[in-house]
Amino acid sequence: MSAPALPGAVGPAGATTTAVRPARVVEARDVADGVRRVVLEHAPGRPAEPGAHLQLVVHVDGPGGRRREVRSYSVVDASPDGTRSAISVLLTPTSRGGGRYVHSLSAGDDVECSAPLQGFPLRLGAGRYHLVAGGIGITALVAMARHLAARGADVVLDHVVRTRSRAAYADDLAALLGDRYRLHVDDEHGAFDVGALLDEVAAADGDGEGAVPGGAEAYVCGPIRLMDAVRRGWEARGLPASTLRFETFGSSGWYAPQPFTACIPEIGLRTTVGPDTTLLEALQRAGADLMYDCRKGECGLCRIDVASVRGVLDHRDVFLSRRQQEAGTSMCVCVSRVAALPAAQGGDGQPAELVLRLP
Amino acid sequence: MTDVQAEPLAAPGQVNAKIFPFPLNAWYVAAWDHEVTSKKPLARTVAGQPMALYRTADGRPVALADACWHRLAPLSMGKLVGRDGIQCPYHGLQYNSAGRCTKMPAQETVNPSALVTSYPVEQRYRYVWVWPGDPLLADPASIPDMHQMDSPEWAGDGLTIEAPCNYQLVLDNLMDLTHEEFVHHSSIGQEELSESDFTTRREADGSVTVTRWIRDVTPPPFWLKNIRDRFPGFEGRVDRWQIIHYYAPSTICIDVGVAPTGTGAPEGDRSQGVNGYVMNTITPETERSSHYFWAFMRNYRLDSQLITTQLREGVHGVFGEDEAMLAAQQRAIDANPGKEFYSLNIDAGGMWVRRILDEMLRAEGRA
Repeated sequence: MSAPALPGAVGPAGATTTAVRPARVVEARDVADGVRRVVLEHAPGRPAEPGAHLQLVVHVDGPGGRRREVRSYSVVDASPDGTRSAISVLLTPTSRGGGRYVHSLSAGDDVECSAPLQGFPLRLGAGRYHLVAGGIGITALVAMARHLAARGADVVLDHVVRTRSRAAYADDLAALLGDRYRLHVDDEHGAFDVGALLDEVAAADGDGEGAVPGGAEAYVCGPIRLMDAVRRGWEARGLPASTLRFETFGSSGWYAPQPFTACIPEIGLRTTVGPDTTLLEALQRAGADLMYDCRKGECGLCRIDVASVRGVLDHRDVFLSRRQQEAGTSMCVCVSRVAALPAAQGGDGQPAELVLRLP
Repeated sequence: MTDVQAEPLAAPGQVNAKIFPFPLNAWYVAAWDHEVTSKKPLARTVAGQPMALYRTADGRPVALADACWHRLAPLSMGKLVGRDGIQCPYHGLQYNSAGRCTKMPAQETVNPSALVTSYPVEQRYRYVWVWPGDPLLADPASIPDMHQMDSPEWAGDGLTIEAPCNYQLVLDNLMDLTHEEFVHHSSIGQEELSESDFTTRREADGSVTVTRWIRDVTPPPFWLKNIRDRFPGFEGRVDRWQIIHYYAPSTICIDVGVAPTGTGAPEGDRSQGVNGYVMNTITPETERSSHYFWAFMRNYRLDSQLITTQLREGVHGVFGEDEAMLAAQQRAIDANPGKEFYSLNIDAGGMWVRRILDEMLRAEGRA
């Protein structure tokens, strides 16, 4: 008997399918304001490695009724026998439906999920680990912190949140890491100083053979502004690109998601992209047959040329270089969007509109 | 509570396996030190895992999974780049010695999840050792003691046999040397071998020792040559010893030698004899193939390259007889899927090896 294939969140063409299996919710509780921890019990398998995520089938209400879609969530912890995996999910006002679904779950509910998948592997052997979490990004780093601490590795975790009540797992991490867990609360301490952190990393790294033998590595997961600030500062300090690791599900951008119009004139396509759907999904539903794979802005297969835009491109991918993003001539439609130009920058209040050009 | 419960006996299934699984949380020799270079990568499969081995510009050995992250092309067919990197032969992706992708030539960024496994590596005793299992458990202190390989008090050399059999068959072969009488009758075999008593013990450090003394015998041709190298013109009878030291998972160092009968060798005075160490470390490649690294080391006439070469070539010939037998045994095992192994008293050493390997596999959750 083979496991059923996941329905792709968007059309079937080229969809990455992953086997799902039945699972049962054995625990569901809030671990911070708006953050729900859900423990899934499933058939035994390899326990999730640090950095792993799983795919959960979520039921989402949309224009065409209730749909099965797929969301990826980091595994916060897993039982050694591989029968239980915990995820933790933030409910946001701009939820595309996954957060609402997870927050509706309670113990005893039947769900479907994949085996753990690795997209953010932890490399062992560095002299110092800097883990940097922004908000709910902590979920990708909790297992890493535990794994490294249990092995006596030199690890520092910076956890940046807007308000203290949003800091999931703060108590656990403080107990685990002591003063090597540094909780930064924006509305108490002001803006987080990325530059100071990177100076500390650079001092520890010292060309990979300086103060800390083995050099320093950083693992970052958080909103795009934090990740971008870290990336820019990393480059500016001449730190090696290969030791900065980041996890992205392409779910955060420079602008809040808002509806906009997307057109592909060659095929007479014109559609509205709602705030709770991706551009790729909207184009596919409107009949475009597009290539894509990772759906998190990494692989670049969904890159399409931009003919014109009214508003600003909100690049949320990590495939295009900064130069390419600033050029504005193409975009990765799986995660990136368009936003109306804010009035402060000369916007006229008109909704954004994007014209794409097929090759 | 005073109830005494008998310890349940371990299930016998796996210890008698004909195709023995291999532990992954272990150091295995991947190559001789001279085989791993900074000129081009070497492809070698260790414990079922294909690896690309090379050295960085500063001489440090590296073992990466031999499959590019992108489409799994073998990195070992690629070339070495920069101070510590390797370039995929297919689309030019570059990785550093940590296994991180550092360049994707057809795009301006590097995918953040691009990575190949970088295995823990240690260079010791003229070998490059790798750890195919959980890298966090890789403690270099657990590399077996093979100090005779590069000690100034010992001289010698060795070669590699690509044995077409399960690694446990090679361990069985080395843990019971009565086969010498039948397989190696023209060199080291003699009929007194099977007749001599032996003792087998599991030591406190977890190793296994099999000790056999063959007293007051005519030295077989190999040993007559050796004792005459040290004592020209030697005639007479000898006491011969074979003391087998097994270190998990698959290293066997055999203390061998002969000394004139009556000069006190069994009591500890080997000064009138000759002593060698047969160094063996067997790396499972697949379930049915093994890299068998061996050397013969001696502690006399250290400056004679002639003797080093003669011994290496002589043992190479002897071990060729083992290789033929092991290959034939594996073929017969595969041709008789319905038949089991039975054990004899002479298998005591090999059975301890099986028990220890079984314990390692259980610790990995693989039994």
